[in-house]
Amino acid sequence: MDLYLGLKVLWWLLLGVLLLGLAVMVGMDMGVGALLRIIGKTDLERRSMLNAIGPHWDGNQVWFILGGGAIFAAFPLIYATAFSGLYVVMLLLLWSMIMRPLAFEYRSKIPTETWRNIADWVFLLSGALPMIIYGAAMGNMLQGVPFHFDWDLRSHYTGSFISLFNPFAILAGVLSLALALYMGATMMVIKTEGALAERARTAGSIAIVAAIALFAAGGVWVSLMPGFILVHSVDPALAQTPLTQTVEQVAGGLLANYRGYPILWLVPVTGFFGMIVGGLLLRAHRPATAWWFGIFAWAGVLGATAVSLFPFLMPSSSNPSQSLTIWNSISSQTTLLWMTGFTVVFVPLILWYTSWAFYVMRGKVDASKIENDPHAY
Amino acid sequence: MINDTVVALSRWQFASTALYHFLFVPLTLGLTVFIASLETVYVVTGKSIYREMTQFWSKLLLINFALGVATGLTMEFEFGTNWSFYSGFVGDIFGAPLAIEGLMAFFMESTMIGLMIFGWDKLSRGQHLIVTYLVALGSNLSALWILVANGFMQDPQGAIFNPVTLRMELQSFSALIFSHDAQAKFVHTSIAGYVTAAIFVAGVSAYYMLKKRHLEIAKRSFRMATIFGVLSTIGVITLGDALGFIGAHAQPAKIAAMEAMWVTEPTPAPFNLAAWPNQAKQENTWALQIPYLLTPLLTHTMDTKIPGIAEIEADNVVRIKNGIPAVEALKLLSANPTDPAAMTQFKAHEQDLGYGFLVERYAQDQDVSKATDADIAKAAKDTIPDVFTIYWVFRIMVAFAFLMLAFFVFGVIYSLRNDIEKHPVYLRFAMWMIPVPFLACEMGWITAELGRQPWTVYNLLPTWMSASSHSVSYMVFSLIGFVSLYSIFIIIEMYLMVRAIKQGPDVHHGANTGGHTKDKSLGGSVLGGSYAPVHAKALMDEQSAKEV
Repeated sequence: MDLYLGLKVLWWLLLGVLLLGLAVMVGMDMGVGALLRIIGKTDLERRSMLNAIGPHWDGNQVWFILGGGAIFAAFPLIYATAFSGLYVVMLLLLWSMIMRPLAFEYRSKIPTETWRNIADWVFLLSGALPMIIYGAAMGNMLQGVPFHFDWDLRSHYTGSFISLFNPFAILAGVLSLALALYMGATMMVIKTEGALAERARTAGSIAIVAAIALFAAGGVWVSLMPGFILVHSVDPALAQTPLTQTVEQVAGGLLANYRGYPILWLVPVTGFFGMIVGGLLLRAHRPATAWWFGIFAWAGVLGATAVSLFPFLMPSSSNPSQSLTIWNSISSQTTLLWMTGFTVVFVPLILWYTSWAFYVMRGKVDASKIENDPHAY
Repeated sequence: MINDTVVALSRWQFASTALYHFLFVPLTLGLTVFIASLETVYVVTGKSIYREMTQFWSKLLLINFALGVATGLTMEFEFGTNWSFYSGFVGDIFGAPLAIEGLMAFFMESTMIGLMIFGWDKLSRGQHLIVTYLVALGSNLSALWILVANGFMQDPQGAIFNPVTLRMELQSFSALIFSHDAQAKFVHTSIAGYVTAAIFVAGVSAYYMLKKRHLEIAKRSFRMATIFGVLSTIGVITLGDALGFIGAHAQPAKIAAMEAMWVTEPTPAPFNLAAWPNQAKQENTWALQIPYLLTPLLTHTMDTKIPGIAEIEADNVVRIKNGIPAVEALKLLSANPTDPAAMTQFKAHEQDLGYGFLVERYAQDQDVSKATDADIAKAAKDTIPDVFTIYWVFRIMVAFAFLMLAFFVFGVIYSLRNDIEKHPVYLRFAMWMIPVPFLACEMGWITAELGRQPWTVYNLLPTWMSASSHSVSYMVFSLIGFVSLYSIFIIIEMYLMVRAIKQGPDVHHGANTGGHTKDKSLGGSVLGGSYAPVHAKALMDEQSAKEV
């Protein structure tokens, strides 16, 4: 296979790994934040929850930052078009995300009830809203987004901000939130004790049942939606812009890849498998294994989206022929080669020291210690 | 069509969010290194006071770090949200250092800071020291990659424009990272962070000495900070000089603006010690000159010519005229990448493509083919940045650097003579010095970035073209959002920082063997509890500790 084409496909897969890492690690912390007021009844319970992820949230959040950076480096046109097109949504995401580090660091430093209540609401907002937006963004990609380019690749978004929150996008957003709640709740079952852990188990169970229902409903909906087909384009192995191709919208197009390669049905099946087995394990008091199955759930959901869209990443609903595909929005071969080198060295290293950090801080959170530790969240 | 107001608002938003982010970054850069040195002393000597110092400065670091991380998120996204044309145009090069920064540096820093704060009881002394070093290394490596990215904007090395994909593409990764501008700016900026931390530590320690609290910790911190500060300030000034030397080759317009040099002077050129630049008339209303000084100061020779603003502007008229056919050819190539005539025309004018872009702003219908000589003259005038602001901001930054150097030298002398407490005026002055390095860092940013105008990527991409095509109302909305959020943040941050400083270091009980002493002096965890008695208890504990 041609080297450049191979790199393009590799980076499409790596983009998936990155979005998965983001969904799993950031999603878990977001889930905890969103559940803070719901399953944490006393201040000490809430602090137990925060301290359970306290040593790790900072590292986990880097998945989000790396997500931005890697899309910028590997798919500059996606970064440019999506981030500017979804401007208001991206700002809401950003603002809720930047309130969270402050809520973490500062919540327990001021011992008044009003202050901590404000911080708790910030956690709820900054946990739920980004996950809904994350899912809704994926939902919008499946439907296509109204944008077009000038001759020099200056992008123009022509939709409204509200149209990004259409019914299908909301469904996708709630699915994403449900999975995040599941991962967060499962982690709380692992890290806390007593009534709090029990409430977390209940919350996790409800979330995963909701996720199964939403994923199934979303699947049916996708089968009825029109999809995009590349009618004419330059050889995928060549450097190209989205100005030199022809794309058409066809009914049932989002299932075209599944029809062509039925083995791909295994991807959504993996998602259901992860959710169902994970949920059962959570009931069976095996929260650690249940958490790992959550990764399968996320991988199945994100993978199913990617398969439906392939080779598109961000189709244009207003000017389909200017849709962004893997082939026309990706970086040059030289950049991809260097990025691959850095990824091969550093991603295993990151996974290794992240695991080490979790290992060092293993065990249940000791509520009695929180009260005496000036550094505790 | 590109809207001038949207571009202006985008620039204000980027500048204000970047300057705000840059309030927190230098302190993190320096304080992590300072803390790593403290902890090294602790591990080597085993003296528990160094552990207390490490933990105290870590507590302040964390308050600062939280806002640094939060506002850094904005920066990572703002290129895409507000500078989408820029992102598509140079993302192939510019995105890589940002992504590598995440992979190599920021991930490590953020994972390790959790262990640094929470791992005292779970890690051995040696392990904890390594963790602290990794935090310091991570934050400094972050700075390296960010400044490699910035270096590309200042002096684009290792990339070439690809007319097929209509963007800049990476040619040589080593040319990108070993760009002189990037390397010098990395050292200049990270050491500026060390200076910032040194002033911060010295100022806070001076406060304790004036209040006669935590004297042991304060004196030791002060001595280390001033020594650290002298060395760092000398480094900052040296590297600043190197940056000027590099800039003289890469960005003559910026250098001419920094020195308010309107016309090319016969070598060796005089140095404008102080001046009142008037951009409209292209002259200095008045100037206090030192003859012959500028040439050796800037170029390190006596006879290298330094072009003045008038000459640069005249040269740029020629480049704009030569660049227009490149833009016209590119338009044809966009529709048909294999058009041989267009490709030949493009190749012939390619080196001035960016200058051709400059005239889009003034040409009728923003179409360069319709540009008149008057339009070209306006575009050429644009190639000169805001001289007055750059000239003065640069000067004040340099003055601050020398002020800090003098401050540190006195601090080291008093500290080594061990009579620092006999100089209350100096100690009071030390507290007032705290804002100075922060201001100097901001001014450094303004000099570098305002001086680069009208380009986002020097000689290649005009700032005016780089912004996203938003509506004015979107920009007003986001600007208001950022200003309100960031104002709330800074109030909370300052409140917590001042409070943490007033509380002072944790005081440990029992035999301070560096073991796992539990701390009881901070009652912050008691909901609704009052601080006053707790604080008093901390002070009493300290008294009794001293008596022991």
